[in-house]
Amino acid sequence: MHRFANPAQFNRLADVVLPWAIGLTVLLSVAGLYYALFSSPPDYQQGESVRVMYVHVPAAWMGMFVYMVMAAASFTALVWRHPLALLAGKAAAPIGAIFTALALITGMLWGKPMWGTYWVWDGRLTSVLVQFFLYLGYMALWQAMEDEEKAGRAASILALVGVVNIPIIKFSVDWWSTLHQPASVMRLDGPTIDGAMLVPLFLMAAAYQAYFVVVFLWRMKLEINNRKLSVMRQASLQNTETQMEVAG
Amino acid sequence: MTEFLDMGGYAAFVWTAYGLSASALVWLLVSSRRKLTASVVAVDAARARRKGDN
Repeated sequence: MHRFANPAQFNRLADVVLPWAIGLTVLLSVAGLYYALFSSPPDYQQGESVRVMYVHVPAAWMGMFVYMVMAAASFTALVWRHPLALLAGKAAAPIGAIFTALALITGMLWGKPMWGTYWVWDGRLTSVLVQFFLYLGYMALWQAMEDEEKAGRAASILALVGVVNIPIIKFSVDWWSTLHQPASVMRLDGPTIDGAMLVPLFLMAAAYQAYFVVVFLWRMKLEINNRKLSVMRQASLQNTETQMEVAG
Repeated sequence: MTEFLDMGGYAAFVWTAYGLSASALVWLLVSSRRKLTASVVAVDAARARRKGDN
């Protein structure tokens, strides 16, 4: 029974956090959108197209952040065999995949008017596309094997190998020539963009973070329920087999 | 209002970016919530069956 003790505790904690995370998601989204669309100035070079930044940059940050959550969960699952950690990776993957896809698509929609092209095969865009495929590969491995333990282990190993891509994404704009602009917020010497643009950017980033907490906790609870169902199904199968043996 | 919707001539790019972001995120939110609700119902039903068996 101690195997269920942990998920029960997790569910209790999730139920405390969830109402706050939902409230924050709504509040931060409304405030973030207000600043992003109404209360921030157009860029002196990019004009109104700069507003794409407020959905592009948070999605890109979250794509990387969720990947690190998934990788940390995979590491914990492989080293300590923690059953909840395995489910945490599985719960996080589709959220990270959506964020990464949105970073790519909104980036294309910003690139077309500013660079004159939707896509270039440079270090930044290519490494983010690789991250999207890593998410897809991780989810596909979960589906590919009947045995959940084996599937989870294979997916976790892929997630850990893919961590090498994270610094490549981060430093790609410094290492290789690119159309993509270099870091302007996450820099050692502080942000180089105007405060009036930092407000909507941080509000939207915080909204995306709160959104992640909500969907992640829901999906964790979902995965715990699915695990419970498969354990009960196995137990009832064994039960029927014993009954048949006794009867036979 | 028209000026706001026009986004300085970048309307097609700006509104598509916001529209796709909102639809994708809302879709994931709603589908996750639906799957969770369905799984709660399934666990309760399985528990009830188990009690019936014993």
